Amino acid sequence: MAIEQEVLVVGGGLAGVTAAVSAARTGADVRLVSYKQPTLRNASGLIDVLGYTPDGEGPLVDPFAALDDLPEGHPYERVGADAVESGLALFDDLTDSTYEGNHTERNALIPTQGGRVKPTARYPASVAAGLASDERDALLVGFERLVGFDAPLSAARLNAAGAPFEARGATVEFPVALSADPKVTRFAHLLDRDEAGEERQEGSVRRALVERVVTHLDGEQRVGFPAVLGDDHPEEVRADLEADLGVDVFEVPMGPPSLPGLRLEDRLYDALDAEGVRIETGNPVVGYEAGADGDRVEAVAVDRSGATVPYAAEQFVLATGGLVGKGIDSDREGVEEPVFDCHVGHPPDRYDWFDDRAFGDHRFARFGVDPDRELRPRNGRGAVEFDNLRAAGAVLGNYDFAAEKSGSGVSLATGFHAGRLAGENT
Amino acid sequence: MSDADSPHDPGVPDDEIPDDEFEPVDVFPESELDLRSGADDCYKCSTCDTNCPVAEVDDEFPGPKFQGPEQWRLKRKDDREIDPSIMDCSNCMRCDNACPSDVPLSQMHNEARAEYVDEQMSKLSVEYWRNRVLANYRKGAWLGSKFPRLTNALANNGPLRKLGEKLFGLTAEREFPAFATQTFREWWAERGGAQVQSEEKRVAYFHGCYANYNTPEVAKAMVRTFEQFGYEIVVPEQGCSGTPMFANGMLDDARRDAATNISSFSELIDEGYDVICSCTSCSMALRQEYPELFTFEGTADVAAHTYEALEYLRIHEDLRGALAGAEVDGDGEDLAYHAPCHARNQGLARQAVELFRDLDGVAVEDVGDSCSGISGTYGWKAEKYEKSMAIGEEMFEEMDEAEGRTGMTECPTCAMQMEHGTGYDIRHPLEILEAALVES
Repeated sequence: MAIEQEVLVVGGGLAGVTAAVSAARTGADVRLVSYKQPTLRNASGLIDVLGYTPDGEGPLVDPFAALDDLPEGHPYERVGADAVESGLALFDDLTDSTYEGNHTERNALIPTQGGRVKPTARYPASVAAGLASDERDALLVGFERLVGFDAPLSAARLNAAGAPFEARGATVEFPVALSADPKVTRFAHLLDRDEAGEERQEGSVRRALVERVVTHLDGEQRVGFPAVLGDDHPEEVRADLEADLGVDVFEVPMGPPSLPGLRLEDRLYDALDAEGVRIETGNPVVGYEAGADGDRVEAVAVDRSGATVPYAAEQFVLATGGLVGKGIDSDREGVEEPVFDCHVGHPPDRYDWFDDRAFGDHRFARFGVDPDRELRPRNGRGAVEFDNLRAAGAVLGNYDFAAEKSGSGVSLATGFHAGRLAGENT
Repeated sequence: MSDADSPHDPGVPDDEIPDDEFEPVDVFPESELDLRSGADDCYKCSTCDTNCPVAEVDDEFPGPKFQGPEQWRLKRKDDREIDPSIMDCSNCMRCDNACPSDVPLSQMHNEARAEYVDEQMSKLSVEYWRNRVLANYRKGAWLGSKFPRLTNALANNGPLRKLGEKLFGLTAEREFPAFATQTFREWWAERGGAQVQSEEKRVAYFHGCYANYNTPEVAKAMVRTFEQFGYEIVVPEQGCSGTPMFANGMLDDARRDAATNISSFSELIDEGYDVICSCTSCSMALRQEYPELFTFEGTADVAAHTYEALEYLRIHEDLRGALAGAEVDGDGEDLAYHAPCHARNQGLARQAVELFRDLDGVAVEDVGDSCSGISGTYGWKAEKYEKSMAIGEEMFEEMDEAEGRTGMTECPTCAMQMEHGTGYDIRHPLEILEAALVES
């Protein structure tokens, strides 16, 4: 077998990247394989740890204080508070000055596109001036043709929710003529380049935008835009807008595809490169080969247009995502983890998988593999499936990241833990 | 799984579908291709649109999400025609790699484009015949290579090129690629075919049109490198892979050549050969587009046994070990590497960088994940030329910032674009591999 590593990570999202870096920092030779382009670009870019308890209490002021009370089997309970802190520390190191929030253990409250606030532990520097705890009044500016951010509605909802400041919303036409339904990256790249490059627009796009916004300012000391302020040069775009408007400028995180997610992805993949991790994207892992006695994985099978190619390693990390990312799959008969066929506990009757109320307590939200404290998935009898296979991120079960607001934190903590143990065991 | 997929699923409880209300319907009466599940799998995240290089420079282009699942759904109505903007899709296929939900976007685009060309494009138009000639490059190349010096002189005659643009819609901005004075197949015959015999290690080479007529040095590098590793090589009868035909909606032409290729190569697979390509668009066609579009016997077999040349050696040989002990003569050549979009979809975008990282004598720098913009025949069309260059701008800039003044890529038309935009010489990874591993 020619493709052989010490550590092989399957999956290229936040958990996979964290596991790969964490393993590489133990000195291991690491390869990361992912089926498709990383899905970090579908994430908001906010790094939450725990916003609400599994019982729905919150928003929590201090997520760390709540970790001790989590039920047995929750990923944080499995890895312990130290791993949560180490995972965040690794993230802080990789993102450096592009992220904020590491000065405190307390959650920050970030206004979202819909005018809600989300408790989160780390946030892009570009959203920092928008914190809901900040008492300065805010003007929110939306763009015609940019669906997904209705600034007046968003402002009204913030006010109704009792934000400690006055929010106002205004909608302006972007200063470059655009089609009816432009891509979010189109706005970002026009601001990056700062010239439209076509006869319809002369001069600086940033300055033209400022001219349209400044007439709406009424004493506010900060202005929030949808998170499309640049892809390659976001700091420069924001700095220019701030200088010309004379106020602080922040971004309001948006749904997918998300510029803060794209920027984070670029940064993390550069970091993988710098750590010497071998990266391969484009082919799915579809199965595995076990050793003679069945308790170790020898190789995973990568599908290449019908041919399966073995990728051998000493240690494996499974970070393929949950139900949405297809790391957990289901049909009418049952729920499964498709690569290693690890046990995924679920009620036999599929009508018990969900609650009739839309925001009720859905069992499916907690479907996933059930690991020991070293994050090795266990079978239905509680025994470890494979000595050298660990799982990280949303493929893990026993937690509801959407309700708890714990998705990124679990990916960082379990990615760090699984990656380090994998690296140390080579 | 949607209900329409499996009306008779025994797992469905009887009480869920009242007998008197549910009537299973054939949802694909007019087509043998089942694209319904692909359309249903799209959850409109628009990630494909933000990856589309054409949409990036052309705000009017509706993007892959529209061209694929949305157009497919609109077409279920009898009175809907295919939107002409399908011809602005360059078939780079980046949307396939971007989709988190596995929607077969490029397959849908190929289908829609073929339908547009068949039913809506005038067969008397200059555009049709220009596209037909571009798609069937191999036929022209066959003729041109009979008189390479004359053809090369004529093709790059300034007034003639201007005339070509005016009358035929071929951009006068580009210089035609030169035909080699000896084709690869002529060279292969002259040397007496394979120099290595082996029962176990056997590969059948799909050289494609370009390595045969224009860059036989790439094909020769493939032969020498594989023979160095002990492989017996055959060079069977073959046509065009079909890549330019798919991109121009000429599915009948593509089917004709695919029939030749599949029959020729599947016989060899039965004899223990694997199929090797040196062009990543050729390997893409054999692996992905053939099984998506054709049903010849042996299609899946050929797809499953086709590999790009470096990929094959990485899988079957200790290439890393071989390169670790090797070096390339010279003064430490810096290479600015561009990964072709079609290599990206096969999981090959990083392999050249990874492979040559440890090779003494060369330094390879990845110039980023942008598209070169030429997309085969696309950038040759007069009306697409500017768009093609606007897409390529990011790559040109990155190449300019790179240390090296030599480029590297696997794709012949990306190489054309790289040379056209920067003036650099462009090499193929196989040539570097040959220089490192084969004793001259």
